[in-house]
Amino acid sequence: MDYNSIQQLLKLAARNNKRIGEIVLAVEAEKENESPDTIRGQMVISWEVMKQSLKKGVTEDIRSISGLSGGDGKLFFARQPKYLSPHISKAVAWALGVAEVNAAMGRIVACPTAGSSGIVPAALMLAKERLAVDEEKIITALFTAAGIGIICSVNASISGAEGGCQAETGVAAAMAAGALTELAGGSPTMVGHAVALCLSNMLGLVCDPVAGLVEVPCVLRNAGGLMQAVLAAELALSGIQSRIPVDEVIEAMNEVGDSLPESLRETALGGLANTPTGNQYRKKVQ
Amino acid sequence: MGKADSVFEVIGPIMIGPSSSHTAAAVRIGLISRAILGESVKKAIIQLHGSYALTGKGHGTDKALIAGLLGLDAADERIKSALEIAKDVGIIFEFQKVDLGDDFPPNTVRLLIEGPTQVHFEITGVSVGGGNIGVIEINGLSVQISGEYHTLISIHNDRPGIVAKATAIIAQHKVNISNMCVSRQRRGGLAAMVVEMDQSLPPEALSELEDKAQIVRLIPPIY
Ligand code: SF4
Repeated sequence: MDYNSIQQLLKLAARNNKRIGEIVLAVEAEKENESPDTIRGQMVISWEVMKQSLKKGVTEDIRSISGLSGGDGKLFFARQPKYLSPHISKAVAWALGVAEVNAAMGRIVACPTAGSSGIVPAALMLAKERLAVDEEKIITALFTAAGIGIICSVNASISGAEGGCQAETGVAAAMAAGALTELAGGSPTMVGHAVALCLSNMLGLVCDPVAGLVEVPCVLRNAGGLMQAVLAAELALSGIQSRIPVDEVIEAMNEVGDSLPESLRETALGGLANTPTGNQYRKKVQ
Repeated sequence: MGKADSVFEVIGPIMIGPSSSHTAAAVRIGLISRAILGESVKKAIIQLHGSYALTGKGHGTDKALIAGLLGLDAADERIKSALEIAKDVGIIFEFQKVDLGDDFPPNTVRLLIEGPTQVHFEITGVSVGGGNIGVIEINGLSVQISGEYHTLISIHNDRPGIVAKATAIIAQHKVNISNMCVSRQRRGGLAAMVVEMDQSLPPEALSELEDKAQIVRLIPPIY
């Protein structure tokens, strides 16, 4: 059993009447020649670290070495939102908070990268609180997210230096969108649409870290990615379909990534990094 | 960064932020350098090249390298205070920004380290993406060490028989070789051999090699 595309992965899940994460786990166990329980146990450890970083990000006073980031997660968590639902508002705070923990040399789980590490944990914590799903389902959902991430990595990229920020926070959001859809009872087909819709909305996002540091706009983009993930899951769950098949969207992301100029692929030479203020920060930090 | 073929390459590693290349990889370069030195580090001159020199400070690359030299791993929360810990235990260290030239990748660091017995090494390491690393030079000899395997390193005067001896020992213990490289300054000069293996060797297996070589190290995987 193996999969090279989202389509294949969804088919395997539908045919075997299993959750996507169960298929991803089974394939991993087979490839690594380990028992599914061992692999699952490793994921439980990752989830524990994620939970610690979620909590830390919205309760502790966090400040990065450069001073460019810190404090937003905590601030947002304590506030009554004007437009967002209280649950979504909290999830945004978590996404910001984990990204800030990362920037301040705290412990996180890269997902798929350190810069985009806030999105998936925040989304899963949202599902846990909003839908009261149990831990066991969360762990399986992490495997669902991982399957989506692996396919994006193989057929496109999960590195900002290669594919821009669409490859980091974009893929993180797609992973989260798929997991959120499945956790809310969506079919494998709906999961595919959630991934497609989410990536479509994040296509072309450039990587332009101010002063070359994983802070501005990275922390903010974790909040944006979380919102895109929730939106895509909600759209897919309503029955709205992506007009472009999911694997073609991933192909498109690859093509867009390849055509991004080097200045917008983590070199900190373009975009926000190259604004007058961005350049001032660079001088101050270096 | 390569293509992920495991779940834990897209959800993982568990690491101290902010950057897999500038922080996690830097810890690992420090860690493997300490293992190559073969004892605790007393003095370190750390030369940062390219992006390590430019954005290293904000990414905590300095703390990460020292943390590795102290023996902390990439998920250890004490990395943040590694410089203070190093000062407390009396390690003398200095950072330098250098330009090693275009032949070296942007995230390169050269460590000049010394232990209590005054053995010293010059080790050049690079970040290759996703928190993975490579050691590309030891004492001026080019090598290729990923840190993902059990690694046998020998530095010796170039003469016939050493490589054959090492591979014979490895075969004798039914250990599988995954990568191997040899290099030398010139014929008959100083030479290095690196063998990456799927399993380890019993330390006593190396005694014959130790008689012939100046330096022999057996290093466990650092991941
Ligand atoms: S802007 Fe670049 S460094 Fe920051 S999260 Fe996006 S891809 Fe990563």
